[in-house]
Amino acid sequence: MSKFKKKKGGDLPAISTASLPDIVFMLLFFFMVATTMRETTLMVENKLPAADQVEKLDKKDLVMYIYAGKPSQRFQSQYGTESKIQLNDKFADVSEIAAFISAERASKREELVPFLTTALKVDKDANMGIVSDIKQELRKVNALKINYTTRKGDAVSGSK
Amino acid sequence: MAKRSAPEVNAGSMADIAFLLLIFFLVTTTIETDSGLNRKLPPLEENEQQDVIIKEKNIFQLTVNKNNDLFLKTGGEEKLIELKDLRVAAVNFLDNGGGTGKDACKNCQGKRNPKSSDNFDKAIISLQNDRLAKYDMYISVQNEILAAYNQLRDREFKKAYPGLDMSFVEADKRYSDPRTSASEKDQLKEKLENIKVMIPQKFSEAEPKKSN
Repeated sequence: MSKFKKKKGGDLPAISTASLPDIVFMLLFFFMVATTMRETTLMVENKLPAADQVEKLDKKDLVMYIYAGKPSQRFQSQYGTESKIQLNDKFADVSEIAAFISAERASKREELVPFLTTALKVDKDANMGIVSDIKQELRKVNALKINYTTRKGDAVSGSK
Repeated sequence: MAKRSAPEVNAGSMADIAFLLLIFFLVTTTIETDSGLNRKLPPLEENEQQDVIIKEKNIFQLTVNKNNDLFLKTGGEEKLIELKDLRVAAVNFLDNGGGTGKDACKNCQGKRNPKSSDNFDKAIISLQNDRLAKYDMYISVQNEILAAYNQLRDREFKKAYPGLDMSFVEADKRYSDPRTSASEKDQLKEKLENIKVMIPQKFSEAEPKKSN
């Protein structure tokens, strides 16, 4: 019977962790490829609405971003809960959009200026007043190409 | 001197270094959403433009009020409409083809109701929203209107260029893809333009009204 006798005091063989770095590197490369560096810190809530007729925005360098929505939790004591516009890294007034657009235009090569697109990243709970104000302001400075940034999804069930 | 093998470098901390890098990238980057609905704003007209007379039957007038209800006024009657019915209603309106004589629409496949739109070129969709309406609702309405136009454009594109085996939306996506070769782009551009001229997006947005 000694054949089947359990070995006493036999150490469990250690699990080899030699492939751990490989796994982690794989994850690392995935994230490096699939994500982009954060350029602005969001100060507003930004849950995008869903739509299914979306087109992709190519040429990232020719896009100007305007964010709008309710200030995030940590800014609410200071700025309240009314929807606000965010340009670059700070809250802005509607009247500052014109200056923002001309600053963006000045930073691009002249021949590329007509191809600039303004991407509106607006929270889905924002009301239309603020969006129309932005649009009106963009029309004044002749920045007519806009893109309402949305998630991909079903628009009908997504709302209400 | 006796040949000695090089001492092995301890790779035990490699995982730690990789984890550190991984966490750094997780924190500082975001998965960007870079798709959306492309629209063009109308230019701001300085001088007063003269009023254009449009027949009532050619207007598909949508209104969103502050409670996010959608009203549709077309052919003289106004009614409340559900968002899910909007796409079908818009397609029926655009595709109606009620025109006669020089306004006749040879590609329309609708009911040819004389009380609805004449042809693709004459049909206008207008959207007015209240300042207190939700952005979410507005995007949904925009999406449904775009979907209606895309549906018709797909149909006409497939009919006009059956050899291509693509819909309008797919062709447009292929056209804007930077990997597509220049010669294919030229071919596609012409075809896309033809369809765009046949079914123009006449979608006007009135300035929002203030709610009292």
